[in-house]
Amino acid sequence: MNFVRNSVIPVGTVLIGILALWYVFTVILNAPFERDQAARANTAISTSQLIANTMAQERPVLPAPHQVAAEIRKTVFDISPTSKRSLVYHGWVTLSSTLLGFGLGTLLGILLAIAIVHSRTLDKSLMPWIITSQTVPILAIAPMIIVVLNAVNITGILPKAMISTYLSFFPVAVGMVKGLRSPEIMYLDLMRTYNASKAQVFWKLRWPASMPYLFTSMKIAVAISLVGAIVGELPTGAVAGIGARLLAGSYYGQTVQIWAALIVAALMAAVLVSLIGLIAAFVNRRMGARA
Amino acid sequence: MKRSPLAIVAFLLAAASLVLPTGADGPGILFFATPALLFAASALALFASASNSSLIALLILVHLAAIFLIGLLGAFAMAAPAIGYWCMVVAAWLLAWLAVQRLAALRPKSLTAQRMVNLALPVLFGAWLLILWEIVVRGFGVPPILLPSPSMIAARIAGSVPTLWADFQQTFLKAAIAGYVIGCGSGFLAAIVVDRVPFLRKGLLPVGNLVAALPVVGIAPIMVMWFGSYWESKAAVVVIMTFFPMLVNTVAGLAASGAMERDLMRTYGSSYAQTLFKLRLPAAMPFIFNALKINSTLALIGAIVAEFFGSPIVGMGFRISAEVGRMNVDMVWAEIFVAALAGSLSYGLITLIERAVTFWHPSYRT
Repeated sequence: MNFVRNSVIPVGTVLIGILALWYVFTVILNAPFERDQAARANTAISTSQLIANTMAQERPVLPAPHQVAAEIRKTVFDISPTSKRSLVYHGWVTLSSTLLGFGLGTLLGILLAIAIVHSRTLDKSLMPWIITSQTVPILAIAPMIIVVLNAVNITGILPKAMISTYLSFFPVAVGMVKGLRSPEIMYLDLMRTYNASKAQVFWKLRWPASMPYLFTSMKIAVAISLVGAIVGELPTGAVAGIGARLLAGSYYGQTVQIWAALIVAALMAAVLVSLIGLIAAFVNRRMGARA
Repeated sequence: MKRSPLAIVAFLLAAASLVLPTGADGPGILFFATPALLFAASALALFASASNSSLIALLILVHLAAIFLIGLLGAFAMAAPAIGYWCMVVAAWLLAWLAVQRLAALRPKSLTAQRMVNLALPVLFGAWLLILWEIVVRGFGVPPILLPSPSMIAARIAGSVPTLWADFQQTFLKAAIAGYVIGCGSGFLAAIVVDRVPFLRKGLLPVGNLVAALPVVGIAPIMVMWFGSYWESKAAVVVIMTFFPMLVNTVAGLAASGAMERDLMRTYGSSYAQTLFKLRLPAAMPFIFNALKINSTLALIGAIVAEFFGSPIVGMGFRISAEVGRMNVDMVWAEIFVAALAGSLSYGLITLIERAVTFWHPSYRT
């Protein structure tokens, strides 16, 4: 009951509010076009007719939610997933490179964190550069990386995945450095009194202690990997993927298509993040972590 | 004294490079000076006692050798460098790594010396990244289209300052800063309203958390359609990208003040505004600065990516996509350098302000 009162009702209200606002803006933003049409045809248009028209335009400034929902239903369920007009096909293209990049990035981040925690030289000299590396707007140069790698015949999923890797290694590396250092001095001292080797300290103390940090950073990393994959699809001349749908939609003024792609991307991000949340809950329970 | 394996390998490589061919045609003073210098440096690393003066001597010798190695590249106009040259490169790199290792192991007594060492380490690391980049790209003849050498990028930056400045003005000074100020400001104000209404906090926070994880960059084409291709549309993208991180962080920050302190304020009979300004906002500052830092990179990314969807013929995003099309990769790298510099400087500036504002925070106390 508490769950309903504390989250379902408030979140539901906010979502309904957003939907209502969306409809209001649909009418406001699309009305000038309808008035213009009516004026050209020299016909008067009633307010109810105007509102109905704003929600059924071919290329609206802002499509109504039900138009977007219909487009998603059409492109996800009605068209076979192998067709190039299916959002399932494009979504899978984006998802596969997101997951590859996220996997590589997480691995790289963990390895870097292990190296940094065990080497004072690396900690002092590499860590500042890892932080600086994120002030480089890598997303902005993603298209260039793709084009350049294409020029040397590295095509397909790998260039996009590399961008996701670059974006996702950072949160994991920073989070894991914090996590691997999170055991208290007392536990480390206890390990020393047991005469534990460095590997034993790592596997029995540092690694388990870092798990909550790992999953928190992985949530950020997977979201940012998806952004990387989408932006990575922009320059390939709109071949395949969510990013390609966005670009094609913006070229041809297909606003409904853009919004459908955006909503699907948002759903994908939400599913990926909550999936990692589930894995985190499972692992934490298995390892006996509290809360 | 324990001899580092790095020093032994470097010594052997330097000794080998004295006799192995370097692959260059024609004699030159550098061909004798460089291996000799490296030989001396590795001997120093191997046999001299690990004192401060020998460390400084090692650093000077290694970097002199690095300059010579880059100078030698000019001699390979026709042929590729041979095994002897790469022996020298690896030896120099190992010696530099060894020097950095010794520098990191120092525990200077005075605070200034410690700060100098802490600054020198990342600078040396970055310098060697550039040195190896230059040597590998030019030594192996990597086509500039794949990766131009740092010297080539530097020449391009020096040669096209007016263009870079115009792009910077358009993208950073107009779009990114306007969007950043509006986005962070409105996110902050919204957070204060949300904080006042518990129902909104329960409902809006999960949604805000979700939106903060969404690929918001995707709305760029829509904004370009709505606001036209000038900088206003880019600013709109930046506003939306920066709003939610600010909202979520500020709301979390406003909840950060302790219950005891709030009770104290209540016993003083302070009003809502007094509690807000004297207790809760100062306590929220670390969270707010966290959002400001996250947003500083997001703003630049948003402004540049939005330009890919349509822009006037000026701007960093426009330049990047246009020059990629013409395969002028060095110009693209020049823009990246400007963007990275702007990103790092604004991040650094925010960190400095944060240090001044939240001087009381445990992480800044010494």
